[in-house]
Amino acid sequence: MEFVLIAILALLGLALVFGLLLGFASVRFRVEGNPLVDQIDGMLPQTQCGQCGYPGCRPYAEAISEGDAINKCPPGGQSTVEALADLLDVDVLPLEGGAEEEPVKTVAYIREDECIGCTKCIQACPVDAILGAAKQMHTVIESECTGCDLCVEPCPVDCIDMLPIETTLNTWKWDMPKPGVQLIVTDRRGELVEGEVAQ
Amino acid sequence: MSTQFSFHGGVHPPENKHRSTGLAIQTAPIPEQLVVPLSQHIGAPSEVVVSVGDYVLKGQVIAEAAGRISVNVHAPSSGQIVAIEKHEVPHISGMQAPCIIIKTDGKDEWIEHAGLDDYKAIPKQELIDFIRHHGISGMGGAGFPTDVKLHLGDDHIVNTLVLNAMECEPYITADDMLLREHSENVIKGIEVIAHLLQPSHVMIGIEDNKPQAIRALELAAKATNLNLDIVVVPTVYPSGGEKQLIKLLTGVEVPSGRIPADVGIVCQNVGTAAAIYDAVFDGVPLISRIVTLTGEALARPHNMRALIGTPLETLLNTAGVNQSILYRLVVGGPMMGFTVDSQAIPMIKTTNCVIAATYNEMPPAPPANPCIRCGMCEQVCPAELLPQQLHWFAKGKEFEKAKHHNLFDCIECGACSYVCPSNIPLVQYYRFAKAEIRAEEAEQRKSDHARIRFEARQARLEQEKADKEARRKQRAADAAKAQAVKKDKDEAKAAVSASTSAEPDLKALKTAAAVARTKLKKAQKALQNAEEKGLDGQEKLRVTVTELEAKAQAAQEAFDQPQTNKTDTPSLDIKQLKTNAAVARTKLKQAEKALAKAEESGEGDLIELRSKLDAQKVKTEAAQAAFDQAESGGEISDAIPQAKLDEMKADAESAFAKVEKARSALEAVIESGSPAAEKMKAGVEKLQAKYSALKAEYEKALAGNSAAESKSSLSPAEIDALKQDVEALKAKVDKAQAALEAAIASDSPAVEKMKAGVEKLKSKYQAAKSEYDSAVPVPVPVPVPVPVPVPVGVSHHGVDLDDLKSDMDAMLTKVSKAKRALATAEASQSPAVEKMKAGVDKLQSKYDDLKSEYLNAGGKVAEPEVVDPKALKQDVSIMRTKLKKAQTLLDTAESDASLPENELDVLKTEVERLTQLHHEAKEKLDAHDKVLIDKAAAEGIDLKKLKIDAAMARAAVTKAERAATKAREAQTEDLSDIEQELVIAQQKAEKINQTLSRFSD
Repeated sequence: MEFVLIAILALLGLALVFGLLLGFASVRFRVEGNPLVDQIDGMLPQTQCGQCGYPGCRPYAEAISEGDAINKCPPGGQSTVEALADLLDVDVLPLEGGAEEEPVKTVAYIREDECIGCTKCIQACPVDAILGAAKQMHTVIESECTGCDLCVEPCPVDCIDMLPIETTLNTWKWDMPKPGVQLIVTDRRGELVEGEVAQ
Repeated sequence: MSTQFSFHGGVHPPENKHRSTGLAIQTAPIPEQLVVPLSQHIGAPSEVVVSVGDYVLKGQVIAEAAGRISVNVHAPSSGQIVAIEKHEVPHISGMQAPCIIIKTDGKDEWIEHAGLDDYKAIPKQELIDFIRHHGISGMGGAGFPTDVKLHLGDDHIVNTLVLNAMECEPYITADDMLLREHSENVIKGIEVIAHLLQPSHVMIGIEDNKPQAIRALELAAKATNLNLDIVVVPTVYPSGGEKQLIKLLTGVEVPSGRIPADVGIVCQNVGTAAAIYDAVFDGVPLISRIVTLTGEALARPHNMRALIGTPLETLLNTAGVNQSILYRLVVGGPMMGFTVDSQAIPMIKTTNCVIAATYNEMPPAPPANPCIRCGMCEQVCPAELLPQQLHWFAKGKEFEKAKHHNLFDCIECGACSYVCPSNIPLVQYYRFAKAEIRAEEAEQRKSDHARIRFEARQARLEQEKADKEARRKQRAADAAKAQAVKKDKDEAKAAVSASTSAEPDLKALKTAAAVARTKLKKAQKALQNAEEKGLDGQEKLRVTVTELEAKAQAAQEAFDQPQTNKTDTPSLDIKQLKTNAAVARTKLKQAEKALAKAEESGEGDLIELRSKLDAQKVKTEAAQAAFDQAESGGEISDAIPQAKLDEMKADAESAFAKVEKARSALEAVIESGSPAAEKMKAGVEKLQAKYSALKAEYEKALAGNSAAESKSSLSPAEIDALKQDVEALKAKVDKAQAALEAAIASDSPAVEKMKAGVEKLKSKYQAAKSEYDSAVPVPVPVPVPVPVPVPVGVSHHGVDLDDLKSDMDAMLTKVSKAKRALATAEASQSPAVEKMKAGVDKLQSKYDDLKSEYLNAGGKVAEPEVVDPKALKQDVSIMRTKLKKAQTLLDTAESDASLPENELDVLKTEVERLTQLHHEAKEKLDAHDKVLIDKAAAEGIDLKKLKIDAAMARAAVTKAERAATKAREAQTEDLSDIEQELVIAQQKAEKINQTLSRFSD
């Protein structure tokens, strides 16, 4: 009887100690906000284009953290979907709407002699990348443009083009080397190509 | 010689260096066109400082350094700038980049230039800037701006300066030839660098495959005081790699991701040292360099000093290129260089070698086979990486893992590819992986930047929204305040104008009434005519007349009704006028008080108050005048024609309109603080006075008229009818009043409407009554009242007696009214006092006459009294209650500031009216009592005393009764005595009561 009592008391004491410890830790090491949302948000391309149906990347990140699909970000492309799938440990999904896997990065360009200075695009730009004033010509600060397309729609004179970002010496990238010839025929996928063998 | 170290791995590819060392360094010819790229170094491209068409001299700055890591670009030869455009540049991508294209004139004319006399004499910063301005960047291959490296002494302790003369790549002999021919310059250049960095030890690393260069160097080194070691190391590729060289010479390994300066070592190329010498001693900027031209496709492979921007074609031609066997043109060494497609590409500051290779020399890379995991790449990697793993990761795009395997420590030397049995282009994989990771990082940076901007914008929008909301609220509050102020003003205005506002359709109504009257008269005339002449259609005419009569009456009524509603309409009875006068007086007093208070405290708008007071005075006077006029109106006998009356009225109205206009103008002026306000006020007052004079005239005329009318045109029967009307109206009023009371008690929403209705009824009643009053016994000029023709003492009852009595009552009321009016007049020291007194006396005498007549006719006065005292008492108490109610209502209304002024006025007048009614009722009761007392007095009995006696007797009886009961209970002996006393008391009380009952009912 006495042993049982001692055991119960000991366990109770331990429970109390650990409970206090956990309580203290939950207060002391409290994390503000949802760190998962921050992580997801960090993976999204931050174009703030709203193509996912949310008003910006962070709202979509929040939606994802609450269980929304991870394949709603065309600007991010498949790589973003994969990264998100990796982070959240969910299945990789093809991009919604059959969008191209790696979207071409674009920037807005205002044909300045056609601009009437209506400021509508300025209001639409989520990152304040358009410079201009009423009745004055507008221009896009290229380095700030995320290529979200949001300024194209409101332009009353359709003077905004989305141009692919030009590759410069600084942005040029090495390509992936072409895959080599397979050693044995059964390694080949698809049809046997004579020319390749000859090579 | 110092201790030898070694680095991991390395390969020994065929050197092929001897080919280009056969000839001394030649000077390349000046090409027709120089293509000078703006970005020949690592860092920001230089900024163009010349424009197309400019003539530039050799050594002239054509593009300036932009940013910290950048250098100047100079014109390699004299000539004209023909274009600043994109041109193919030596880059792996084969892409174009902005270039300055100079058409040379062949003169090769130098700009004025000079070296430094004593570089040690000037501050180090100036020396570094001098080097920077002379466009010197690393000549080894990367092209890092040299001046940045020369600053390393500022924040690092530089122990060792390492000079790289390894030139480990096959084919290249530029440094070798440089050292062979210009070792002294190199050493002097090293001295400049050592002066800037102050290292304790200088080492020149050189491979043992350049014995001539080593010899020349050693010779030259004897001339220097530097602690300089020439370290000859075995040839192995890639010993020329910076980190490998440092490891070789010092045994120190530069940690991953750090620079050599972090371990106290700075590395420079010997070519750079030579360029520094040229700049510092001769003032020659970096406009040319030694480049190795080699390859089997060249007839005379050799090194040449060529101007920067010289197209490869020129160089190749100089070296005797055989274009037919030229298979591949490589810029840089065979291990790290890259193939270019165009011969128009210019050579730049980092171009140390151009290989014109034949097919046999550099065949296309054999197709890559799958990795067999042989591990040879790992064995040769000088960076001690795991190339095979990196390859897998790069292939699988697992960049994160590649990064973890120190991908960025790879120097892309190509040793792994060189040894790979499967011919896998390993370096290309690494380059691809690196590029991807860099791009990703750049993307990440950009997206972070975009996020920051987005969040900043959101915050800004939020802030703007909040600000807007705050502003809106502020505006709303301000507007509410302004509205409140304006409302107050409006109310004051309304109060001012309410008393004088005219009915807009009064004129129209009047015209309608007049028209109706005229028509009626015409019809009557026609009827008369017809009757006289016995014409046909009399009946028809009669009907028409009746119809017209009705119409005329309706029109008149319609006209009268709004008129009576008006507070200052002339047709109101004297009572109303009197009330008005009293109200006006009160207001005047209030205004005076307010003014005095304001003057005392110096607060408020004195001018406005004064003007108000003046207006009030005028109003009061007008009201008083109207009242006086009305009171004395009976004396004016001559009727004034209606037309004239109308004219007068119109005059008064127009005057009123003028006054209103002027007043509003004045208010506006006062509000705007114009100095003309005083003048305008005077004008307004004048107008007001004129208006009141006109009005008074009109009222006088009207009153006179009505009096005359009533005098002349009313028959007794009509008077009776009028009386009935009045009575009926009174009943209606009472009923309506009761209903209103009930409504008020039940808080019905229709109270306001009902009130208005009651008010209307009342005014109708008043009108009827006044009509009746004026019709009945007109005070002064009428000798004997009409309805008194009954013979004296004939009848004891009947209509005549009743008539007499009511006449008498009316007269009594009149007398009391007149008396009161007299009192007011006396109090106000009116000039009409004398007249009024006479009138009152007359009235009194008339009343006495009537009374005696009535007494004669009907005997007792009290007996036929219609109104019993109980009812009278009740009336009084009802009136009192009503009055109290109205007063409390008024009080609450006054304390409640939200009620409009005019409503308050209505309430006030109501209270006043009730006060009067209460007074009247009380008077009636008093009169009744007085009659009784008089009667008693006539018999020698004091009624009051009698009453007291009765009460005493009653008390005595009660006392006796009680005593008797007690005695009965106690069965005392003197019971009989007590009973006797009781009987006596009872008798006495009975007697008194009997007497008393005679005088009461």
